[in-house]
Amino acid sequence: MTAVDQEYLKVIVFQLADKEYAIPVSNVQGIEKLMHITRVPKTREFVKGVINLRGVVTPLIDLRERFGLPVSNNEETTRIIIITLEEMEVGFIVDSANDVIDIPTDAIEPQPEVVGSNEEDFISGVAKLENRLLILLHLDKVLNP
Amino acid sequence: MELNQYLEMFIEESKEHLQSCSDNLLQLEKNPDDLAIVNEIFRSAHTLKGMSATMGYEDLADLTHKMENVLDAIRNEKIQVNAEILDVVFESVDHLEEMVMSIAGGGDGKKDVSQTVEKLKRIESGESIQQESTPSETAAAEVAASTTVLENALQLQYDDFEKTVLLQSTEQGYNAFEVSVTLMDSCLLKAARVYMVFDILEKNGDVVKSSPTVDKLEEEQFDQDFKVALITQTDADELRSKILKVSEVDSVTITQISEDLFVQSAVVESEEVIELAAEDVTVVPNAEAKKEETSQKPSTTKHAASKTIRVSIERLDILMNLFEELVIDRGRLQSIATEVNHSELNETVERMSRTMGDLQNIVLTMRMIPIETVFNRFPKMVRTLSRDLKKKINLEILGAETELDRTVIDEIGDPLVHLIRNSVDHGIESPEVRRANGKPEEGNVTLRAYHSGNYVFIEIEDDGAGINRERVLKKAISKGIVTKESALSMSDKQINELILASGFSTAEVISDISGRGVGLDVVKTTIESLGGNISIESTEGVGSIFSIQLPLTLSIISVMLVEIEQEIYAIPLSSIIETSIIKNSDILNAHNQKVIDFRGKVVPLIFLDEIFDVPRTPKQEDEYHSVVIVRKGDKLAGLVVDTFIGQQEIVLKSLGNYLTNIFAISGATILGNGKVALIVDCNALMK
Repeated sequence: MTAVDQEYLKVIVFQLADKEYAIPVSNVQGIEKLMHITRVPKTREFVKGVINLRGVVTPLIDLRERFGLPVSNNEETTRIIIITLEEMEVGFIVDSANDVIDIPTDAIEPQPEVVGSNEEDFISGVAKLENRLLILLHLDKVLNP
Repeated sequence: MELNQYLEMFIEESKEHLQSCSDNLLQLEKNPDDLAIVNEIFRSAHTLKGMSATMGYEDLADLTHKMENVLDAIRNEKIQVNAEILDVVFESVDHLEEMVMSIAGGGDGKKDVSQTVEKLKRIESGESIQQESTPSETAAAEVAASTTVLENALQLQYDDFEKTVLLQSTEQGYNAFEVSVTLMDSCLLKAARVYMVFDILEKNGDVVKSSPTVDKLEEEQFDQDFKVALITQTDADELRSKILKVSEVDSVTITQISEDLFVQSAVVESEEVIELAAEDVTVVPNAEAKKEETSQKPSTTKHAASKTIRVSIERLDILMNLFEELVIDRGRLQSIATEVNHSELNETVERMSRTMGDLQNIVLTMRMIPIETVFNRFPKMVRTLSRDLKKKINLEILGAETELDRTVIDEIGDPLVHLIRNSVDHGIESPEVRRANGKPEEGNVTLRAYHSGNYVFIEIEDDGAGINRERVLKKAISKGIVTKESALSMSDKQINELILASGFSTAEVISDISGRGVGLDVVKTTIESLGGNISIESTEGVGSIFSIQLPLTLSIISVMLVEIEQEIYAIPLSSIIETSIIKNSDILNAHNQKVIDFRGKVVPLIFLDEIFDVPRTPKQEDEYHSVVIVRKGDKLAGLVVDTFIGQQEIVLKSLGNYLTNIFAISGATILGNGKVALIVDCNALMK
């Protein structure tokens, strides 16, 4: 093993529909269970509303809707991943939060050229780990319309 | 001594004293004969000198000292106050301010002020500042000069501390002498002689004071004679013969420091006490004048009257945040108490709410400071500006006591400076032009502040030339701010407000005053970033009014909570006129708008469920509607909701950086049950 000089990226892995996605841990503030959401009128479809996150009003984005995936009913496993990016604090609604793992940086490849789904714009790369395929999200693009 | 810990206090207090100096100087300019004002200035300068010397800011102390000398001469009626002298003193205060600002900015407070010092010296010695002044004035000044010099030489002035020392030592049987030593004209090494004299004096007693100061004596900055106050057990004759042994000493006079000094000092002291108390000044001859002064300037008396403590803004902010948490928890407790319906719990929660209400008032008022702190720097600014521009301007300030949140106060200063500069520079015409236009030579600038609703209004009004539409339009078109076509359809108000557009400057020639590369657009941006707005009214040839509207920006506000289906919204109480229940039959149709007749006024209805796309389970038509009548300026509207929940105090929360500019929502709050409720922005609902 050449593990000594290998660099790793620590990520949070979560599930949306049948795929696994990853966000760098450095961007993640926490993972919360679903709580009461206050709808905010006149916002984009995928903005589900705002929650009270320990006194901070935090907007929520439904990642399924953001990626144009079929809407699922919220279930027991549904989680909110709170992320921060450049002073913005936003929660992502995901099907489930699965894992925290280290990805060797050399396992990350640029996104495949043909993906053919809506989320291709939001992908910064893919990582192949044994038999898992993780999709790395481009947070900037997810947050900016 | 660890000076850093005092630095902040020093800076704050210096600023206060300098402010008081310039306020009083302006007063003095109006009443040049009122020596009480001079005393006031003198005291500030004296304190400042002491403080800066202690802190080791030599330049600062030195300049203050020179200024103090001049003030001293004025209050002892050796010099007559005139505009020239005031100019120099103002100049000194300006320099001092710069030095203090330099210290505040981490600098060393050093500045080359030799020119000003030179002028002060010349005033002190009675010379004319300007060479070209008329002979008669010069002559008069010279007479004053000679007396000044003479008296300075013959009279040692003691401060309170020195008086006490002298008094105590005479009580303990020591001799207090004033020793005058005159050196021979031919004396070559004056400093050496001084040293020898001091050596003798110090062997025989303690030197309390010398005139000139020891530093000056060492630098040979004196003519032939100097004076020393000495406490000693040696008798006068012995002392004299000892000093005369020093070569090149011409004569020595020794006088006992008389009881008069102490009597005199007692009078001065009592006078000072009275002035400090500044309430009952009936004992002092010019009581009337002083009383007037105190009633005009409550701020100066406040220092003595109320005890204050300085608290850093950060601490207040922390307090505010903690208090917000408490307010949220109180809401939560209240809703739990209502659910549980336990009498003792209810009672406790109720009592807690009341205490919290009082606490809230205190916390909020703690952050409020009178706008005076911003306004009081303008009189001097306008004075300087009008002198530079050779215009005659009278600045009137109204409503300086209006209180504003500290955060707003901090931000509003610069925009106001800009607007006032603009009024003085571009608004008010030169005296010649004014006379030619049949106006009084003196222009008026009025600065006005007042509360109205949840807003503070600040207006800058001038009776100057007003805004020239043609010129503004021409310029705006040439700068590409508006097109020729759109210019045709613009209202007067819109044209006026073009001068606030970025990249616009009406000055044909860039002047020192307002041509600093930034236009009024900066003012507009700052004010809008504070959640306020600015408008301009102007009549050509008559004058302009710049009107700024600012929110009080308090983070806790009173709202009316309303429910629409399952959703709860908060409507700020400040916008609400009243609530009412209307019948279906009350609703009239005007064009495509549903309206009601509200006290004889046609008021449009806004159905909040439609505006906010509230998801409705099969909508049942109610015969009655709950309506909240809200106002924006003099326009009214009725917001239709499902039910009223009640009035509540809430903590304003921002929706964060992701959700910005949401239509008709100005923010959010957290309710007692922990859920988020949105705050309705009534202003956005009304065009």
